Amino acid sequence: MRELVLAAFAAEASAHVVEAPRATRFRRFADCFDAGMYLAALKAAGFRWLPRSDSAFPPLLAAIHDPPAGLFLRGEGAPELLARASVAIVGARSCSSYGSQVARSLGRELAASGLVVVSGLARGIDGEAHRGALEAGGATVAVLGCGVDRDYPAIHASLAASVAESGLVVSEYAPGVEPAPWRFPARNRVIAGLTSVTVVVEARERSGALITADLALEEGREVFAVPGEITSALAAGPNRLLQLGASPVTRAQDVLDVFGIRPAEGRSVSPVLGDTAQRVLERVQDSPAAADEVSRALAIPAGELAVALSELELAGLITESDGVYRGVRP
Amino acid sequence: MPLARAVTHTLVGLEPRRVEVEAHLQDQVPAFTIVGLVDRACQEAKERVRSGIASAELEWPGRRIIVNLAPAALRKEGSAFDLPIALAILAASRQIPADALACHAMTGELALDGRLRPVGGVLAVAEGARQAGLARLLCPPESCAEAALAGVEPLPIRHLAEAVAYLRGERDPPPYVPGNGHLPAPPVPDLADVRGQERARRALELAAAGGHNLLLAGPPGTGKTMLARRLPGILPTLSDSEAMEVTRIHSVAGLLHPGRPLITVPPFRAPHHSASMPAIVGGGPGPRPGEATLAHRGVLLLDELPEFPRPALEALRQPLEDGLVSIARVSGQAIFPARFQLIGTMNLCGCGGRGDPAAACSCSPQRLASFRDKLSKALLDRFDLVVTVPRPRANELAAGASEASGPVAERVQAARQRLAGDPPRRKETASELLDRAVERLPLSGRGRARVARVSRTIAALAGSDEVLPEHVAEALAYRSPRELSVT
Repeated sequence: MRELVLAAFAAEASAHVVEAPRATRFRRFADCFDAGMYLAALKAAGFRWLPRSDSAFPPLLAAIHDPPAGLFLRGEGAPELLARASVAIVGARSCSSYGSQVARSLGRELAASGLVVVSGLARGIDGEAHRGALEAGGATVAVLGCGVDRDYPAIHASLAASVAESGLVVSEYAPGVEPAPWRFPARNRVIAGLTSVTVVVEARERSGALITADLALEEGREVFAVPGEITSALAAGPNRLLQLGASPVTRAQDVLDVFGIRPAEGRSVSPVLGDTAQRVLERVQDSPAAADEVSRALAIPAGELAVALSELELAGLITESDGVYRGVRP
Repeated sequence: MPLARAVTHTLVGLEPRRVEVEAHLQDQVPAFTIVGLVDRACQEAKERVRSGIASAELEWPGRRIIVNLAPAALRKEGSAFDLPIALAILAASRQIPADALACHAMTGELALDGRLRPVGGVLAVAEGARQAGLARLLCPPESCAEAALAGVEPLPIRHLAEAVAYLRGERDPPPYVPGNGHLPAPPVPDLADVRGQERARRALELAAAGGHNLLLAGPPGTGKTMLARRLPGILPTLSDSEAMEVTRIHSVAGLLHPGRPLITVPPFRAPHHSASMPAIVGGGPGPRPGEATLAHRGVLLLDELPEFPRPALEALRQPLEDGLVSIARVSGQAIFPARFQLIGTMNLCGCGGRGDPAAACSCSPQRLASFRDKLSKALLDRFDLVVTVPRPRANELAAGASEASGPVAERVQAARQRLAGDPPRRKETASELLDRAVERLPLSGRGRARVARVSRTIAALAGSDEVLPEHVAEALAYRSPRELSVT
């Protein structure tokens, strides 16, 4: 029960504590703390408490130098989910459409191959990674920087609910704790600690995603980065990591290799494409382009081109965002 | 009995209502009173009428004058009562024969020197006169062509003295020559001016052919507004009954050109984004038509859609659905027709950098979300066609000449006939494709209906009797993109 007291005290004192402090305030708090009542209230609210000493507590997280006293869990997933082979996908909140697409397809493919996708439920890359995993029907875990009763950011309330339906929303903070800037780096250490591989998709210099990557490196975990354009501020983070020796990710298999997962055989049957659609696909795969550029480059009238683009989009071979079409690797 | 009566009409909404102007002279201390629920402009008619009568070298009766505008419970607005009031007073004081006055309708504002100034809504007044069995309308020369459209004989009156001379039977006004001064329609911007933008041009053609609402999204400076302004040039001209309907509305707003009263091309309205809700859908104490009604049978362009006040945009939902605006007031309800085609343009984000390869978007996620929140899903749902217009590269602008409006208008006309006659029916395979799209793409039930509508237009434009899978596939490319519909 020591850990529960600690977690409740941290919430009460709005402090970051991983070991019992030698303070009178803590002693007084511990003396009048009723663990039974607290757990009952927690259960009534639909949350669970997984203390560090529990055998289901993820060993990887327990191994970091300042592991949390325990985790509050929300959702249908079993606590054992946290101990399964997992990968963290993190990145910028205001990401590019390229970044969100990569995060989503990585989330989808890694989850489809049986890995648990861990991220922070933030806007941008984090949210897309969760969505990708959910699309694949895989398991995903969202680590919050506030109490698990809070939907933060509010815009992701429905996403949090979907994550909780099959996976877990976890936090080291007791229900009722408000999000605060200093809690996010601490949350990032949990993300990095839960997983053996961290993938940084897009990140600016000195961003939260880089903190996660640094923490992962400190704990000796594998760090992957998605290479980006050298002129883009969003690629500064991953490119810096690559310079420092992180492994580049160019496809989901790069990550799967670490876990020794073989590519699934005969998974995709390439659809039969018309001649026009084939030409359009090749052009769009070469470089992302707006419809009009393709139309001019290949001398295809706008109407006919729209037919080909819809055909390719339905086949899942290209995606569109802000009027620009780009190829998706099957 | 020093009493005389003149007949005119006023507008309630767009409908004419008969108003009798009664003048009574009493042997009391000289005074001049106008009663009958008149507004300020009407009240000020006193001064104009007095000066006008003096300027026409007629006698101002030195008695107590009461003018009553009946029905007294109907609110009367504007300056069109000047002429009937002046003539009623002159008839009451026996300066013109009262029976001559009774068989004419009249409208017009008086200047202080007795000349007549044009007023709005003459077409509706003339229609009212015709319904009342009055064959002749005294009106300012500028309004004659407009009055003639209603089938009454307009008598061009330049000065109050001319009206008096005519009613006394002394001299007829110059006869109205129908069709005089028929000016050619002003040139409509041509599609040949638009370089590149193949997809947006195609969407514009589809919008014209199917009467679809079109939303053009893209960074600033990509020619969204330029394209939208070229839509009227490819729309079919109005039918006779439509032309009358549109002309009546524009007459009420006082927007008709005297040399070209009948509106035959679809109207094009582009209110600025600072427009208020009453300016867009109509309003005011005696409700007046707004931009939505002025765009009836034509095009309403809302440039920079998210910049419009939210109430103004939401108020457009009723006309978009029902083709009319009903404005409820304590005194009653006014119903204005408003069956227009809506063209919206918008940037992809608040700073305008999104979708522009040469600029980066500097919007925070919150700002982006609040920008998109400005447009409700309900409104976005009303757009059948959504096209994202990315910024063209400089070399694309140097591309060769584009197709002019003429041939496009011909195709549009042919497609409209096909849609009006025997619209293409969807083939089984096309329906299957549509079902597959609903599964694979973020497409709602309403979105599905929109795609189905647009695919029918595409088939009609292609001259096909059936909606084929390729038509559905093309329609799918113009659906509302994910970025605009969900966050």
